[in-house]
Amino acid sequence: MTVFEVINNILKIVGDAVAAFIISILGAGGLADFVIMLLAALIICSICAVAFMGLTYAERKIVARIQDRIGPNQAGPYGLLQPIADGIKMFTKEDTTPAEADRWVYNLAPLVIAVFALLTYAVIPFAPGVVGTNLNIGVFYVIAVGSGSTVAILMAGWGSNNKYSLLGAFRTVAQLVGYEVPMLLNVLPVVMLAGSMSLVDIVERQTLSNGGNGIPFILMAPLSALIFLISGIAETGRSPFDLLEAESEIVAGFHVEYSGMKFALFFLGEYVNALAVSIMFTVLFLGGYAGPILPPYVWLLLKVAAVFTLLMWLRGTLPRVRVDQLMSFNWKFLVPMSIVNVILVMVIGKVFVADAVLAQSNGGIAVPPIVQALILFTSSIALLLASLLLVARQARQLRLVEAEDIEKRVAQNKVAAAKVVAQ
Amino acid sequence: MRTDFAFVAVMMLAAVLLMGFALVGASILRPKKPSKAKLETYECGMETVGDAWVQFRVQYYIFALIFVLFDVGGIFLFPFAVAYNSLPLYAIVIVILFILTLLGSLLYAWRKGVLQWD
Repeated sequence: MTVFEVINNILKIVGDAVAAFIISILGAGGLADFVIMLLAALIICSICAVAFMGLTYAERKIVARIQDRIGPNQAGPYGLLQPIADGIKMFTKEDTTPAEADRWVYNLAPLVIAVFALLTYAVIPFAPGVVGTNLNIGVFYVIAVGSGSTVAILMAGWGSNNKYSLLGAFRTVAQLVGYEVPMLLNVLPVVMLAGSMSLVDIVERQTLSNGGNGIPFILMAPLSALIFLISGIAETGRSPFDLLEAESEIVAGFHVEYSGMKFALFFLGEYVNALAVSIMFTVLFLGGYAGPILPPYVWLLLKVAAVFTLLMWLRGTLPRVRVDQLMSFNWKFLVPMSIVNVILVMVIGKVFVADAVLAQSNGGIAVPPIVQALILFTSSIALLLASLLLVARQARQLRLVEAEDIEKRVAQNKVAAAKVVAQ
Repeated sequence: MRTDFAFVAVMMLAAVLLMGFALVGASILRPKKPSKAKLETYECGMETVGDAWVQFRVQYYIFALIFVLFDVGGIFLFPFAVAYNSLPLYAIVIVILFILTLLGSLLYAWRKGVLQWD
């Protein structure tokens, strides 16, 4: 084994060594398996918790810079100790439960949101062979667990017995539930092209080594990638879709009544979910850990960092959308476009087949993978432009009708005014 | 296969342990001085009138119904997507008909004015 191979597979080598050590102590069997799994799960959860602390700092600093502020700068050099200061504050802050609240639901909600947020990471491949568990329904699992946070938010809103909380929770459920549809529909092209729902298989399809062709799916389904990112942002309730915690309208939405550690868990859930969306985007569309020269885990880290920075950038620049705009944008634009996109990918993938053997048995024209990718890319972009043009035309017509209406009313008023003057 | 899902259960256990530890740790460390004012429901300083557990807009239910339609439709599409590469062209035509039915139901709801949020 060369030095490069050791560096590239360091996570797997260390993991295997620890597993072998535990088996040598406990003996092979159910107990050793359980201990190994528990250790792996605890490590993944702790990494998420640490990443959460780092992300809060990074986000506050970057968004502050975008908005021409300095951001945290008092605790430690460059405010680097700010997350630790926040942690201590959260731990020692007094926690009140409103007397009117439904105690069980109220107290369980933060735990539920944090646990569901962490559960996503059980199937994410961090490097070749380094994955919690390679479920054959990985994509399904992620989407299913992702909707767990909806339940937790409804629990929090309902349990608080506060009008702001309940309003926030209702809005959230309408939003999260709605944006799950385009998310689901845009994972579909990726599953079709990869021929598997396992996240490991999907990443392998985008690498050059194991039966893949090295083309990331963002080049084959760019429209799906775009809609997935938008609905992912909406699913995590981040700006510009942060209606669930609109400070200016409903104070803070579902978590008005929470303080201390319980509030921290909501915060953790939100950030860990946002990180999960950026990781899912990376895995599904950017090729996960695939990349030349650098070790796989470094590639994953770089790509995820880039996607998360994009999320922060959006948060720092875009204003919040209105609730009716939010619903219309989803149901009248994203969902129909996703459905047409799915049909498009389905037909093109069957007419221009990248696999010569399959082309022979099922019909269709055999083309090299790169040509297929090119055709898919062009057609997706064409679909996007066509739907944007359609919407622009519709909006223009609406504006014209409105302008005509206003003109008419102005004329009427003028006539009325003239009458009054004449009298 | 069974061990695949066992990890999910263990992960849940680990997450509950870790987060439960944080909650319990905080409950030991934090001060506890409840007073009547602190335990009131938060609402701009006034005393809250009535319960928050009231009836709410029916539109939320309608959106939930449309969501169920699409979610279940989407679930039916995934097994097809996994088998996509080995399917002949006529199977694709059938699935496209299925998807068009979904699209048709969305258009129906749209025309009925269900999607209008006001």
